[in-house]
Amino acid sequence: MIAALLRIRTLVQKELLALLRDRRSRAVLFAPAIVQSLLFGYAASYDLNHVPYAVFDEDRSAASRDLIARLDGSGVFDRVAEISRASEIADLVDSRQVLLVIGFGPDFARRMTAGEPANVLIIADGRNSNTAGTALSYVNAIVERFNTNWRERHGLASPPVRVTVRAWYNQNLETRWTMIPALVGTITLLQTLLLTALSVAREREDGTFDQLLVTPIRPTEIMVGKALPATMVGLIQATLILLVAQLWFNIPFAGSFVTLYAGLVLFVVSAVGIGLFISSLVATMQQAMLFSFVLLMPFILLSGLATPIGNMPPAFQYLTFVNPLRYAIDISRRVYLEGAGFADIAPDLWPLAVIGAVTLPVAAWMFRNRLV
Amino acid sequence: MTSGAADGITGRGRRLRALIVKESRQIWRDPSSIALGIVMPAILIVLFGYALSLDVRNTPVALVMEDFSAEAREIAAGFQLSPSFDARVMTSMAAAERAMLAAEVNGIVRIPSGFARGAAAGAAEVQVLVHGTDANTARIIEGYALGAIGKAAERRAAEGQLVAGAGPAVVQSRMWFNEANDSRHFLVPGLIVLIMTLIGAFLTALVMAREWERGTLEAIFVTPVRAGEILLGKTIPYFVMGMIGLAFSVLAGRFLFHVPLRGSLVVLVIASSLYLLVALGIGLVASAVTRSQFVASQIALLVTFLPAMLLSGFLFDLRSMPVAVQAITYVLPARYFVALLQTIFLAGDIWSVILPNGAVLAGMAALLMVLARVATRKRLD
Repeated sequence: MIAALLRIRTLVQKELLALLRDRRSRAVLFAPAIVQSLLFGYAASYDLNHVPYAVFDEDRSAASRDLIARLDGSGVFDRVAEISRASEIADLVDSRQVLLVIGFGPDFARRMTAGEPANVLIIADGRNSNTAGTALSYVNAIVERFNTNWRERHGLASPPVRVTVRAWYNQNLETRWTMIPALVGTITLLQTLLLTALSVAREREDGTFDQLLVTPIRPTEIMVGKALPATMVGLIQATLILLVAQLWFNIPFAGSFVTLYAGLVLFVVSAVGIGLFISSLVATMQQAMLFSFVLLMPFILLSGLATPIGNMPPAFQYLTFVNPLRYAIDISRRVYLEGAGFADIAPDLWPLAVIGAVTLPVAAWMFRNRLV
Repeated sequence: MTSGAADGITGRGRRLRALIVKESRQIWRDPSSIALGIVMPAILIVLFGYALSLDVRNTPVALVMEDFSAEAREIAAGFQLSPSFDARVMTSMAAAERAMLAAEVNGIVRIPSGFARGAAAGAAEVQVLVHGTDANTARIIEGYALGAIGKAAERRAAEGQLVAGAGPAVVQSRMWFNEANDSRHFLVPGLIVLIMTLIGAFLTALVMAREWERGTLEAIFVTPVRAGEILLGKTIPYFVMGMIGLAFSVLAGRFLFHVPLRGSLVVLVIASSLYLLVALGIGLVASAVTRSQFVASQIALLVTFLPAMLLSGFLFDLRSMPVAVQAITYVLPARYFVALLQTIFLAGDIWSVILPNGAVLAGMAALLMVLARVATRKRLD
């Protein structure tokens, strides 16, 4: 037993030396995690803060100007053109100069004063219908405030039904708050899976793996010796991204680090397990990289990172049960934003443990019994 | 003299053919390149077509009814009938909050007691609580909930009841190019960018770097094959592979997912060829400069694949990114290709978009090919 531990320690030392040996490979391990979390933290947001629009105001009344001023004053909408003919709309939208065209008919103010429904006509560029939908919801909110204000000034009754909306855990519904905790899992998965998938493949390609197999070190010990350093690297990467989230983006951390790290350890171990499993199957580094990529893509797309799992058809929702990233994103979002405790994330913890408990021993067995 | 020149041309043709045959066999024999070149695009088509959606459908919400008047039931019916929601009626707020804490529902709509009395007096309130952990979904739910409540008010207005809340200004919106507001319409064109990037940049970076790593490129250097021919021999098979991926995606988009192709096929093929050349160029340059499979693939991943997903305008709006990030997107090819694809698929042949974006891609392709040619000199260091 002690001899086994000593052998594992030697292997871990050797792996860590190989990984951290020179400045360049250290940089490849940790710099991308920081750069990616910064870049994607800024880029991966569905929130809009710059919507170019054009006005087609046939009314030119105080009422229409008031509404335009509200749009301009929102800090989100940028009026880039004012047009006087309907034929100009197509040009502006087609060439992507504006995302929205907002039109007022000649009787807008008259109908407003008469208490009749006065139409605000909006044409949106639906080439990215998600962006267009978000922009429309911003306009709706502004028109709603405009209406309330108008009713107050003209002594009209307030609407019979008032809707109050409140969001838990993320008061302003900023997508960045939901994206960056999710990136902790995503970036860590990308890096650790590739790293471990390559680790054995590289030794096989160089022929050093066969040398390792003829030493007294057992396959299980090789597996542990490969898994431990990769897990450490993965946890350091996750920590770096967490630091970026808190120190750079100032997203408040609601939960406990003990809970979060319990989840992260299980997640990184399961990612390492999958990586080593790939590594035990392949013969070359190229195969290792391509196969891990073929797995990584569905993992990322079916994780709930960019589109919610609840929107997927049931068959795909079942597929997500074997996806470690799905659980990691759930854990990091819920612990980070909600402050969820162990009991809350238990349904995410045990599947990760199962994935690790299956892939790691299989990988160890495959090290010696690979057919090719 | 003339026969010598003819020899040169046929010799070049023969050498090039041999290289292409060798490369194609290598692709065909290695299960991993088949996995990336054929299995992966198929997986992506299925995922993008069927699994990914930003449209809210059957989202579980708790409907807390503390008032059972006709007005309250009407609003409740709006949620129960809507295909966007899976409304579960609950009688107490405590039960609904427990469900939301356990993430069983994504939102709570509460119609408080005294709603009918309040409605008569013009001061009724409906509360909408959303789970902000997924902010985008929360915002969509919020919008749909407001719509469902607004519809109930409109119906009553149409039935002749005086409703002061409808208006005065009413937003009438139309979504051009995607009237049905189907997120597939922009996800499927985005898919083409991902497939082209994977085959063009990632796969080429790997295979070329492997030849450097293993020293097989040196073996080719001692043959009469010229450096330009080596590059062409690498480019042509992967170009063909990328074009096959394009054909699959267009066919699947058209016939499986009914995404319109409003522009012309010729323009689409030309635009895609340009992007594919840029991607191939990046792969070739990255591998020639680094001569290491791992580093080359990391570079290909960082400058092509992740930007294609995140910095291209395919999912996230470019104009809302900070200026520094926007500046980066201008250097990367993906944004130009996404602009081209979204326009060609959904809007048509709009030259004011196609020409400038196509020109940038053509320029990048030319530059990268020259760089690749310079970096792949027949020389040993």
